[in-house]
Amino acid sequence: MSVDAATVRRIAHLARIAVSEDEVPHLQGELNAMLAFVEQLSEVNVEGVEPMTSVTPMQMKKRQDVVNDGEIADDIVANAPATEGHFFLVPKVVE
Amino acid sequence: MTDLTSLTLAEARKGLADKTFTSLELTDAHLSAIEAARVLNAFVMETPDRARDMAKAVDEKIAKGEGGPLAGIPLGIKDLFATKGVRTTACSKILGNFVPTYESTVTSQLWRDGAVMLGKLNNDEFAMGSANETSCFGPVGNPWRRDGSNTTLVPGGSSGGSASAVAALLCMGATATDTGGSIRQPAAFTATVGIKPTYGRCSRWGIVAFASSLDQAGPIARSVRDAAMLLRSMAGHDPKDTTSVDIPVPDYEAAIGKSVKGMKIGIPKEYRLDGMPAEIEKLWSEGAAWLKAAGAELVEVSLPHTKYALPAYYIVAPAEASSNLARYDGVRYGLREQGKNIIEQYENTRAEGFGAEVRRRVMIGTYVLSAGYYDAYYLRAQKVRTLIKKDFEDCFAKGVDAILTPATPSAAFGIGEKGGADPVEMYLNDIFTVTVNMAGLPGIAVPAGKDAQGLPLGLQLIGRPFEEETLFSLGEVIEQAAGRFTPARWW
Repeated sequence: MSVDAATVRRIAHLARIAVSEDEVPHLQGELNAMLAFVEQLSEVNVEGVEPMTSVTPMQMKKRQDVVNDGEIADDIVANAPATEGHFFLVPKVVE
Repeated sequence: MTDLTSLTLAEARKGLADKTFTSLELTDAHLSAIEAARVLNAFVMETPDRARDMAKAVDEKIAKGEGGPLAGIPLGIKDLFATKGVRTTACSKILGNFVPTYESTVTSQLWRDGAVMLGKLNNDEFAMGSANETSCFGPVGNPWRRDGSNTTLVPGGSSGGSASAVAALLCMGATATDTGGSIRQPAAFTATVGIKPTYGRCSRWGIVAFASSLDQAGPIARSVRDAAMLLRSMAGHDPKDTTSVDIPVPDYEAAIGKSVKGMKIGIPKEYRLDGMPAEIEKLWSEGAAWLKAAGAELVEVSLPHTKYALPAYYIVAPAEASSNLARYDGVRYGLREQGKNIIEQYENTRAEGFGAEVRRRVMIGTYVLSAGYYDAYYLRAQKVRTLIKKDFEDCFAKGVDAILTPATPSAAFGIGEKGGADPVEMYLNDIFTVTVNMAGLPGIAVPAGKDAQGLPLGLQLIGRPFEEETLFSLGEVIEQAAGRFTPARWW
């Protein structure tokens, strides 16, 4: 399988990465090189094989459903590019 | 007094305990070495004030007889580990001047045990690379050069700063992380020892995530014993990481010098690649001979799905990365580039903040997870991963204690020499190491010899889950036989 220029633009948008028109051919070449490399997986017989979900056989631990952290709003917003009080500032989302 | 920076961690521990020198003296010696080695670009942030404060505090504890297992030992920390109050960037522009308000579990355990932080070490951006060339702070120089050459070589990656700093005697040991070979490959390129423990052995909490089902932290050090000492402090259960395993941490150092007599060592035939350099082949046979001389039994084993590990990795790792890196949106931390609306702000921020390799991997990951392609790529890769793990399980079920392989298909190469035209050329560096991450197993790289140009080469030992001790015992046999390697100082 390989990707065309339109697919490269669509993936870039899905990944939320701005891509200029003159970057598209180069990216297309690189993505296709990677896809050609992984193509060899199609020769493996995976009939009846379970996909891996956990590399170490272990039961997922569950935490108590209780509040055990918090009251650190100053810490949470400490690195934000734009804030007002304890809120993150973003461009207008809803008209 | 001998140069304090040339001591091993174990030797320094003795000197500190005997009061031959203080942690402050040891720390100052390393801070001077770091200053004199800036051309290597191994450190992206030096923290001399914090280092001296920590050293003074630990000297007081040592005086009172309260020093921990790593009391007074100066270390370097890969910039992937969150360090409270000290900038942490993963060497990406997108994290900008991110200053964590918390400490990673692994580093907090090192400080608990008395270690001293010298600063933050360079790495490939988000640990994506095999040469430390994708860092937003620029490439790292390998302290090793080819005989008679002035060309600067890469230290490997992604833990290139860690490997370079340890090899160049800038720190006594360093933290590192390994997703596809990022501890073992740079260790092999710099004649240092690096161990990636079993998945779940070290907590991932507070380490910048790349591919969560593969990422593991581990140490890079100058001897097998030093690596064992560091891993003991780094490992352990952490309720904040649900994949961290709740089993006791053994005293890894006790495994050093333990007899390997009767151990069964597998030599996997699939690792004998066409066109493999003769000197790698020779190193491998030598390593096998050393283990045999120490009483181990060698058996040929088969890991039939080996060749599919790297392609499967290049689906699984980018898929997980695309999902992990979705958090970098310019809203809560790091870089923000303006846009007409919030979507444009995301797109501009991520285009500006991510480097070329990261953009490429996020995009391929997005593609293999997208509607209509998920089954063909991601699901198939996870099935192949099950088969890769089963290969190892079958091998261990036959009584094999560990597997011996070369660590890398070549020695270190020049900056800019690989991967320019085709990204896959660079990916092939991890061909011997990536299987271990896919199967969640422990793997250690130990220096074993030099190539014809005088560059170090390493061997890898792969163990059963949570049997790192076996790797330390066997690794030390190789170390004893091969000797230690120190680069000639040119910086």
